Amino acid sequence: MDIRLDAVSHSYGETEVLRDISLDIPDNKIVCLVGPSGCGKSTLLRLIGGLERATKGRVLQLGSPPEGCLNPLTYVFQDFALLPWRSVQGNISLVLEDHGIRGARADAIITDVLARTKLSDFSKALPRQLSGGMKQRVAIARALAVKPAVMLLDEPLSALDSQTRELLMDDLVTLWARQPFTATYVTHNLQEAVRLGHRIVVLSRRPGQIREIVEVGMPLSEREHRDPELEKIQRHLWDLMRDEARAADEELLDV
Amino acid sequence: MSDANNKPAPIEVRFRGGGFAPKPHRWMGLAVFVFLITIMEIGTRSGWISALTLPKPSDVLATFGELWESGLLFKHLVPSLSRLAVGAAIGASIGIVVGVLIGLFSYARAGLVPLVAAIFPIPKIALLPLFVIWFGIDETSKYALIAFGTFTPTVVATYGAVDNVDRSLIRMGQSFGLSWFSIVRKIVLPGAMPGILSGLRISLAIAIILLVAAEMLGAEYGIGAYILEAGSLYDLERLFAGVVILSLLGVILSTIIGFLERRLLGWRA
Repeated sequence: MDIRLDAVSHSYGETEVLRDISLDIPDNKIVCLVGPSGCGKSTLLRLIGGLERATKGRVLQLGSPPEGCLNPLTYVFQDFALLPWRSVQGNISLVLEDHGIRGARADAIITDVLARTKLSDFSKALPRQLSGGMKQRVAIARALAVKPAVMLLDEPLSALDSQTRELLMDDLVTLWARQPFTATYVTHNLQEAVRLGHRIVVLSRRPGQIREIVEVGMPLSEREHRDPELEKIQRHLWDLMRDEARAADEELLDV
Repeated sequence: MSDANNKPAPIEVRFRGGGFAPKPHRWMGLAVFVFLITIMEIGTRSGWISALTLPKPSDVLATFGELWESGLLFKHLVPSLSRLAVGAAIGASIGIVVGVLIGLFSYARAGLVPLVAAIFPIPKIALLPLFVIWFGIDETSKYALIAFGTFTPTVVATYGAVDNVDRSLIRMGQSFGLSWFSIVRKIVLPGAMPGILSGLRISLAIAIILLVAAEMLGAEYGIGAYILEAGSLYDLERLFAGVVILSLLGVILSTIIGFLERRLLGWRA
């Protein structure tokens, strides 16, 4: 299933946050959205997943979601959004219960996604007992449990320290290599973008417009830390963004 | 003076952190009680506290013993407890329902918050005559008074608790396509539980206050009636025995809520 954004614009009252965004998110590819803070990249992600309604333009699903898909557009949030009163297992079964999946069928799915995210030993643990990286792996496991057509990742690694981030990036690459999925990945970290993105969309500062779309041809599994070719792309992205980022930093927030 | 070799002797860095972190001291509460009661006992025995000011704690204990032996204790306690249980259960459950409605629906909030603000400060005791006219002199008016008194603080605590539920969790529920009812039952209510329970502590203490008030106006048996009778006879021993029962009741209720909090909110720790 592909996603197409057709001339999407969005404003909060007087403030225009996104202007005329047209973009294709192709099947089984990871599209990274990068841009200076406040450029509306998280807003764009909320529009794609239907958590907000665009002021102008349309978000279209092309084709139908694959067989067995429970929730076509599934988010992974920066703050994990795990229910603190439910165990790891309970947090995953939460999203299955509403689809009438309980008992043995639910257990089978939970066991599978926990194994894929290397959490099998922690199914009974409560979120407060887990480290940040493990919490985010639980959130990823929860997203996998509903067999999404498109994963919408909203700065999933930004709340983590750099070592954990490195490990989780490897985990995401492994997950994708084993079973490719479609994803839109919002980040302000260019290193994450060049590591995980097949296509990197650079947004300008507010109102966010597409500055450039960079295709990265190298297969995900071959991308090494500090690879010279990736470093070059990363430098190019930074050149595109530097002045905008500085200007965005000096902007007053009026909300 | 400015000799480089003549540095001042090293001083250990002064510790200035610490404090502002309450630690549990189990015995301290008991020690305060024992201290005060001992002072009272010594004072009343030696005579520098006159018998008109305070009764001897040992006499209060003896009165308590008599109450127990004569079976009068339960004759007073049972009706009081049933009034408390029925009234507080009605008030708290309606309060929780209305509080959740205010928390969830803007129309309910816009319509009911001013109403609750208007009835909260009314001393409910002042309405007892009205309740007697509405519900009669028997038990119903007492239930109504206690229920009404527990209702308002429960509503305020509950909608505050619902407001404080982490919005990002609700957004997560929506993003996974959970139904509205599931979001309320599995995310909003458990998330509001800490606030609801701490509101219940206050509501139940108010329920005890109103129980006594209701029993002072027209009840043959009950802790309130017992205290009123003792008071009008200036029987300080019995008055204090009644007051001690009320205090114990408060402590027991608070312990029960503490137990519930540990059971239901173990995930917080």
